[in-house]
Amino acid sequence: MSETAAPTPEPVPEEHQGFAARWEVYQRAGGVITPLITAVFAFFIGGLVIFATTHKNPLSTYKAIFDGTGLNWLSPVSIDWHLFYPVAVHWHGWDTGALAATNLQQTLIITTPLILTGLAVAFAFRCGLFNIGGNGQYTVGAVTAVQFGVWFSGMPGPLHVILAMTMATLAGAAWAGIAGLLKATVGAHEVITTIMLNWIALWIGSYLVGFGGPMQDPRAISAPVTRPVAESAKLHVFWGPPTLQGLHIGFFIAIAALVVYTLILKRTTLGYQVRAVGFNAEAARYGGISVGRSYVVAMAISGAFAGLAGSIDLLGWEFNLDLTVVQTVQIGFIGIAVALLGRNNAFGIFFAALLFGALLTGTSTRNLDPSVFQPELAGNLTRIIQGLVVLFVGADVLVLYVWQARKKLRLARKEAKP
Amino acid sequence: MAPDERPVLELRGMTKRFPGIVANDHIDFDLGRGEVHALLGENGAGKSTLMNVLYGLYHPDEGEIRIKGEPVRINSPKDAIERGIGMVHQHFMLIPVMTVAENIVLASEPTRAGVLLDYGAARKRVTELSRTFNFAIDPDARIDEITVGQQQRVEILKALYRGADILILDEPTAVLTPQEARELFDILKTLIREGMSVIFITHKLHEVLEIADRITVLRRGKRIDTVQRAGATEQGLARLMVGREVLLRVEKASPEPGEPLLRVEDLGVLDDRQLEAVRGVSFEVRAGEIVGIAGVDGNGQSELIEALSGLRRAAAGRIWIGDRDVTRSGTHAILDLGLGHIPEDRQRRGLVLDFTLAENLALHDFDRPPNSRFGWLFPARLVRWARTLLQKYDVRGGGPQAKASELSGGNQQKVVLAREIGRDPQVLIAAQPTRGLDVGAIEFVHRQLVAARDQGAAVLLISLELEEILSLSDRILVLYEGRIVAEYGPEATEDQLGMAMTGVDAKDAA
Repeated sequence: MSETAAPTPEPVPEEHQGFAARWEVYQRAGGVITPLITAVFAFFIGGLVIFATTHKNPLSTYKAIFDGTGLNWLSPVSIDWHLFYPVAVHWHGWDTGALAATNLQQTLIITTPLILTGLAVAFAFRCGLFNIGGNGQYTVGAVTAVQFGVWFSGMPGPLHVILAMTMATLAGAAWAGIAGLLKATVGAHEVITTIMLNWIALWIGSYLVGFGGPMQDPRAISAPVTRPVAESAKLHVFWGPPTLQGLHIGFFIAIAALVVYTLILKRTTLGYQVRAVGFNAEAARYGGISVGRSYVVAMAISGAFAGLAGSIDLLGWEFNLDLTVVQTVQIGFIGIAVALLGRNNAFGIFFAALLFGALLTGTSTRNLDPSVFQPELAGNLTRIIQGLVVLFVGADVLVLYVWQARKKLRLARKEAKP
Repeated sequence: MAPDERPVLELRGMTKRFPGIVANDHIDFDLGRGEVHALLGENGAGKSTLMNVLYGLYHPDEGEIRIKGEPVRINSPKDAIERGIGMVHQHFMLIPVMTVAENIVLASEPTRAGVLLDYGAARKRVTELSRTFNFAIDPDARIDEITVGQQQRVEILKALYRGADILILDEPTAVLTPQEARELFDILKTLIREGMSVIFITHKLHEVLEIADRITVLRRGKRIDTVQRAGATEQGLARLMVGREVLLRVEKASPEPGEPLLRVEDLGVLDDRQLEAVRGVSFEVRAGEIVGIAGVDGNGQSELIEALSGLRRAAAGRIWIGDRDVTRSGTHAILDLGLGHIPEDRQRRGLVLDFTLAENLALHDFDRPPNSRFGWLFPARLVRWARTLLQKYDVRGGGPQAKASELSGGNQQKVVLAREIGRDPQVLIAAQPTRGLDVGAIEFVHRQLVAARDQGAAVLLISLELEEILSLSDRILVLYEGRIVAEYGPEATEDQLGMAMTGVDAKDAA
């Protein structure tokens, strides 16, 4: 060890530590406040759209959407409002059979894959990569899961589920890994390659499950759909009627994935490498980290989350794969908005996924009263809000600016007083 | 060069507070017509804050600004420009793909028919200005085609074009070669003859003594003193700046070289454009000695360093560390063999600015016990190790959990040093280890390098600062166009090195 003759070390003044600490808090505050403001902004502009298209009070439309999400089930009382003051309070407790409970189950069923595709985008983000390929990785996972769910029908339940999910996860990882490999070896940009892989997945999937495809159900000649997975491959439903799409244990798998995501990033050398490369690839390389390998691994892990999402939807409630689903699925793309709004942070991703899951359920034609909002428009509202979120997330600089301007104004006023 | 009786600019009791810190504490400052007034201080002393307040980028909490005797409020750079204040920042704000003339007139372009840029008029105006002040500059050259020194002149012209008569230069020589710095000083002298006033922010003592009429020294946000150039000495200014006696030249015992630990034989390295940047270089560095490599920037230093540290493949030749041939080894393997590397650019390569100090200090060893086991990381151990190192290397401005970006440049460099020297390297490559640092920090870095040498490390010092090479090296090699053209002992003179560095044959010159 070298001798360190420190030049008369003076004690670090207390206020210096205070500054660093306060700055940290400020940033963290900005980290929670900006997504909230982003969401509020998106809903505000969505409200203008509602008013312009239906000439109805956006608040009552949002109330109807909220009631459709089932989130109102969480509160044991309901309140009737007249403008701004309550007129009646009803106690109804927690009735598992209520419509709200069913709606909440639907919301959480959709939230589950959104958490995972959100993680798929977020993990790549942390390595400095933009994974647009969540949709393709989801599709590859779904196709793989359904095939393994159809095969091995005699297997004991839990084993069969684990097998199908593992294979789907690996398939998603391999699919996204291609983009990582191309980036690491020839420098192909991941945005381009993942978009291309989305289309490849879509058309391979369409061929497999479509008319005359090798996976099409031979008993259903008239429908482009696979055989249903074996009973043993279905996920256990723990809330609500199993026959009517109750909530399956996939929800907990998604929650566990959030924990795994955080642990990998914060507590493993792999996560250290991924974050180092994401923040400063040049410094990582100098530090002895293989940047190319990190790209491949980060993309593979991202793809694993998305592939898992595909398998959970298939084994949890869809049970067979339909050509229309292959061609119109949006879960991977909504994952981008989830990751952006959730700021690549496990808590944020959970709530962002819940928000979009709730919106999708709340605006579905089944739940939204046609007299409140035309059903043809209802689904679009989710997309509008999704688009606005993506738009505004890029503008968090603006939000911070407004925030600081307010503070400055306050200071100026204080100054003016004496 | 007697300044006018009435100052063109006066700052009275300027105070600027940031949360938890007083960046400027009741600072008084004035500037006479035709004067160069240097603002001297260590990094973080409050020089830039004061000037940013003057330029309208920050709002002062207290204090008064008077321009030509008249109290003014400056709320934005636009106000400052209207009052005749121009600022040349350390990092230029030019558009690389546009011409010199286009850049200069930007934001106040002469127009035709209200919307079209009148390029002819712009060009003419720029040519006139550049002739008046003796700037040798081609108005039609594109910014990305001219040298850094010329880009800086464009920035100065930009300020003059907007009517500035008070010019603030923020660390203007940090990016310049010694020749370019000399040219800048000539330009400043012309400006002053034309009645301009200049505020010159720096932490380099010899520059202050060369160019300034008066010198104001700041330390920790306070004005310590304002002195006339006449009678000022480097030693005295350093004491004012740092607040204690500073050794400007590091003291070291004579070397006791041992075994060669780094050997390079006939090394050839290609640059990014696949051109030969290093051509057949051979040398060795022994345990317990510091070998300095002098040279003008861009003569193969970067490529040499990258080849030695495994970041770039050698095209020809061999490299040994100890008795291991590492010519084909990767960075990770070379680090394992005990290479310490203080990189040229600490922000681009040396640190992950968004990482905490603890994470940064583990950059090479995060994947080894006790930091991790079987891929599982132990953040608490990183923090504990970091706490020891931060204390030992006197890093200030934040604990192990602070982000590297929160520290000043000097403290960031101390973190790099702590990491590289803290792992007891056999071979230590120090590339421009004091770039952008102030006197106190330079002294610290130099002592650390000598201490590493005395512990038996083979130290290779690559620097553009001749003074640094001369004060630290036990042997000096001169790199010119990718070749080692001369070797000197520590008794070499700056003139000798300077000649060799520009390719004049050493034997002819001697």
